[in-house]
Amino acid sequence: MLALFQEDGLRQVLQEMEALYEQNQADVNEAKSFGRSDLIPSIKLRHCCLLRNQRCITAYLYDRLLRIRALRWEYGSVLPANVRFHMSAEEVQWFGQYKKSLASFMRSLGEGEGLDITQDIKPPKSLYIQVRCLKDHGEFEIEDGTVILLKKNSQHFLPRWKCEQLIRQGVLEHVVS
Amino acid sequence: MSTQSYFPVPPGVGMEENFLSLDDILLSHERLPVRTECSFPRLGFLERSSDAHDIPEGTKMELPLWLSKGLYERKRKVLSVDLPKVYKEGWRTVFTADPCVVDLHKMGPYYYGLGSQILHFDSPENSDIAQALLQTFIGRFRRTMDSSQNAYNEDTSALVERLDSLEKALFR
Repeated sequence: MLALFQEDGLRQVLQEMEALYEQNQADVNEAKSFGRSDLIPSIKLRHCCLLRNQRCITAYLYDRLLRIRALRWEYGSVLPANVRFHMSAEEVQWFGQYKKSLASFMRSLGEGEGLDITQDIKPPKSLYIQVRCLKDHGEFEIEDGTVILLKKNSQHFLPRWKCEQLIRQGVLEHVVS
Repeated sequence: MSTQSYFPVPPGVGMEENFLSLDDILLSHERLPVRTECSFPRLGFLERSSDAHDIPEGTKMELPLWLSKGLYERKRKVLSVDLPKVYKEGWRTVFTADPCVVDLHKMGPYYYGLGSQILHFDSPENSDIAQALLQTFIGRFRRTMDSSQNAYNEDTSALVERLDSLEKALFR
């Protein structure tokens, strides 16, 4: 979902951009001082390359932020170490700030009581749902202490919020009659 | 891991690209046959077939779409862009005859995307190209949608591999 941050690649692109910029500076000065308007097409070409590099870098960084934002919704507020390792320091910081914004938003919902909207994928219609087990998952405990055995193909009537994560993982399937 | 919360920037519609769309960035990497209408001093190294210091006027070469768009000017002092084979009359006739038969992934994979972008270069054949793109899409659309509705349990890879990237996105 999130590959290792390409610090070296980014540095190379920035170096190339510096070199292009310097060549263009030199050519622009020459064009102005010696009336070399024939240099203009080459200056424009290098400028296109600069814009292209800028576009690629921006899209790369932005796409990663979209993925990192998705991590908060898929994994929760604590990221596994192997995922954090793939992030740059700035991205880790961004994630922390995003978490905070989301948390204060959620606290403000439900008339000041707060509502954890990262639990339900869709707005819930009822508190309990019918689920079918897609693979053996062993024992599963619910609030009142009862233990359910999640065996492949068994069906159960369970509290919605407890099932969400297992549904996302593909262990349970919501049965809509 | 599920990717329900990841919403990448989609490609642009029609002749506009989305700046941040990775699909549009890949699309604009495709090369087009061009002819230079002026010289490009000191950039001879870009043109591998000669050791010249400059690129002379009248050079035929291939440039990526992003560069062609960036340099192109209506008054044609800089570049003239030729049509890739797939958008020329010969292939257009094939497409309109039986659009469903063609492997658009091999012909592209950005047949519609690149075709829409090519309209920026003021070819006299522009309206024919636009028509061909539209007719091809319409012709294939029904077949693609029918297959996607019926593909619940079947292996669809043979069908999907002949789709262009826009059709693939619709299919999903």
